[in-house]
Amino acid sequence: MRIGVVTFPGSLDDVDAARAVRLAGGEPVALWHGDHDLQGVDAVVLPGGFSYGDYLRCGAISRFSPVMTEVVAGAERGLPVLGICNGFQILCESHLLPGALIRNNHRRFVCRDQRLRIENASTAWTSDYEEGQEVTIVLKNGEGSFVADADTLDRLEGEGRVVARYLGEDPNGSLRAIAGITNEAGNVVGLMPHPEHAVEDLCGPGTDGLGFFTSVLQRVLV
Amino acid sequence: MARVVVDVMLKPEILDPQGKAVHGALHRLGFTDVTDVRQGKRFELEVDGELTEERLEKVRELAGSLLANPVIEDFTVHPA
Repeated sequence: MRIGVVTFPGSLDDVDAARAVRLAGGEPVALWHGDHDLQGVDAVVLPGGFSYGDYLRCGAISRFSPVMTEVVAGAERGLPVLGICNGFQILCESHLLPGALIRNNHRRFVCRDQRLRIENASTAWTSDYEEGQEVTIVLKNGEGSFVADADTLDRLEGEGRVVARYLGEDPNGSLRAIAGITNEAGNVVGLMPHPEHAVEDLCGPGTDGLGFFTSVLQRVLV
Repeated sequence: MARVVVDVMLKPEILDPQGKAVHGALHRLGFTDVTDVRQGKRFELEVDGELTEERLEKVRELAGSLLANPVIEDFTVHPA
């Protein structure tokens, strides 16, 4: 199964994401922000980093890059798309996901092993987890505070579209401790923590992140 | 050549950590009568030709799609 990983100018975690895809058993395919081409991949990862230097707003300029036209069209057809950190910001800016991510309420960059609860284990990217499963995944962000108006938050909760929630103290001021959400169809997931940094015992806090990448392989096989 | 100004502000209900930091610094400098600070962005656009209502409408369009994120920000467009 071929999983595309997009590199934007300023992406940091594209190589780690590609590595996670490989460790999960998929074939990573490098995609370029400037191409109107998804190379026929079966799913797409928008990795973390600081695309376009975070100028204007995080993800605001990347949203209009040529590859995103194809990602948005693909997502609307059901293509699985995972946005991690900066990728989550790009998905919100693209309106594939509701809400927005603003500067951490405590104004400091946060970098830690973060405990999460998987709230929705039926998305394209979380089917290998159990609902309610607690996992530890790296969190590192400066602008990871998820915000949306109360109606949107109620709708997300009511429709089971909160994918993951922070456990313990809210690390960045995200409303209702939301760490990740999905679209109505469950094929597009945005996640602030970095599962691609938790796929090996040698480095990072374990292998709890691998499930995001193995889940999508099963979805694609079906 | 005409100039158009686009002002962008976070919506009132959205937390503004940068404004809070500036507010804290003002207090440390002794400006204790400042009760709140909100930080926004100002864009100055140079536009070719006369500033017709049609061109202004285009600027409003780009302001709402790129310069501001209407999910968290309000914006105003006015000729300079």
